[in-house]
Amino acid sequence: MLSQEDGALLAVENLDVHYGDLQALHNVSLRIPQGAIVSIIGANGAGKSTLLGAITGLNKPTRGKITFRNEDISSIHTHDIVSRGITMSPEGSRVFEKMSVEENLLIGAYLSRARKKRRELLERVYGLFPILKQKSGQLATYLSGGQRQMLAIGRALMVDPEVILCDEVSLGLAPVIVKDIYHKIVEINREGMTFILVEQDVKRSLRYSHYSYVMVKGRIVMEGRSAQLPEEQVREAYFGISRYA
Amino acid sequence: MEVLLQSLVNGILLGGLYAVIGLGMSLIFGIMGLINLAHGDLIIVSTYISMVVALKYSGNIFIALLITVLVMIVVGFFCQSVLINRVVDKGAEPPLLITFGLSVILQNVLQLIFGADAKSIPTKLAAANVITTPWFSISAIYLIDFVVSILVILSLHFIIMKTYFGRAIRATSGDVMASELVGLNTKRVYAVTMALAMITASIAGLLVGMTFTYYPTTGTEYLIIAFGVVVIGGMGSLVGTLLGGIILGLAQILGSYFFGMAYQLFFGYVVLLVILTFRPQGLFANTK
Repeated sequence: MLSQEDGALLAVENLDVHYGDLQALHNVSLRIPQGAIVSIIGANGAGKSTLLGAITGLNKPTRGKITFRNEDISSIHTHDIVSRGITMSPEGSRVFEKMSVEENLLIGAYLSRARKKRRELLERVYGLFPILKQKSGQLATYLSGGQRQMLAIGRALMVDPEVILCDEVSLGLAPVIVKDIYHKIVEINREGMTFILVEQDVKRSLRYSHYSYVMVKGRIVMEGRSAQLPEEQVREAYFGISRYA
Repeated sequence: MEVLLQSLVNGILLGGLYAVIGLGMSLIFGIMGLINLAHGDLIIVSTYISMVVALKYSGNIFIALLITVLVMIVVGFFCQSVLINRVVDKGAEPPLLITFGLSVILQNVLQLIFGADAKSIPTKLAAANVITTPWFSISAIYLIDFVVSILVILSLHFIIMKTYFGRAIRATSGDVMASELVGLNTKRVYAVTMALAMITASIAGLLVGMTFTYYPTTGTEYLIIAFGVVVIGGMGSLVGTLLGGIILGLAQILGSYFFGMAYQLFFGYVVLLVILTFRPQGLFANTK
């Protein structure tokens, strides 16, 4: 079973991130084992997206270190981090509106390693999300919210990464669609993909992940195996009504 | 009647040349939202390089074009990666100022090397007519301008719509962050796109040099033409750029036909003003 004591594929150590004078992350540390689904739970403004931004090189840390396969990646560009095997399905899906669904997926396989097996990757994505195959020629701008989220995850899969960060997968989607997307994430994870999921939905985060971190005001206030974390305590921390606030 | 027909033909053919003048500017605006104020001067730099090479090789236009394209690819890549990329994500003004500075420097360097006198690229085509009918005739150089322009636009369209790099250009123009997250080095994409824009500028420069006379400060005129073309056509739209060129060409030549030569430029600007008033996004925006 996946354990936090195992060697971490991705590790964040004592990370601080500032936006000007404002400190968004305080001394954050995480360990992401290979093949795990790790969730980061927290309310709006807790620093979850900032943390994902730091891992993907979009925000530069002011202190601390991020290592991937024991290599320090804290100060390299986003595209270099992606070429090492980490990518993200960003909040709001951020699909390329004026490109077709298939072009959105193919641009995912831009790097030479992925490009060589783009047909195979494309078939895998179409296998997971058949609706994307049906709409392959359509411009992404005409997709529904759920389909855009599937496209963003599909595009991330096309990068052929080792780790996928998903920022707010369920945001603005109907519960039945969210459930479907989470099932797909579990299915992809069973094939070996490591996931970091950022969520506001406590129940869902704990149900679908192996390990969870709870963030409040830029700090990790609780962590543990998702199955063992008491939902009530997580919820308290989340709403900021406990000793953590 | 014959003169009107001749004006229509000339307006359309000239429009093709205008389109290729505006093409690079449209491309750069489309991907990074930057109005390259040095675009006209870069075209004229190409014209001077073509002239020097053409004179050296006794008027061989193809060698002139090849060398100019190679030099301008390097110039474009350098300007983007060393100068503009440093400030491209720091708001609209800094990159605009850099291209303005570049424009001033290029004009003065040209003046220093070649003097302020008008020049032209010597070619036998300048005075020849290829088609002569009782109603109108088509000059060889205008026809070449038009055909080459169409070929350049079609090639660029193919690159942007059908190749992996074209897809990277479109992705970067759509969402920089999402592009970085699929592994695109967006600043490299900018630099290569600028080099691509400079290929179109080199071709425009050679055609301009064979068609008209020029001097070191002519770049400003072509900047305004390029600006007119992309405003009429819609920034970032290739089809729009071609049609924008033809509309501007027709407006100028027909203005000159009905009101006299002095009104040629004036009517180009009137059409520009009317379109900006009623359709500020351009006639063919979003048709890329």
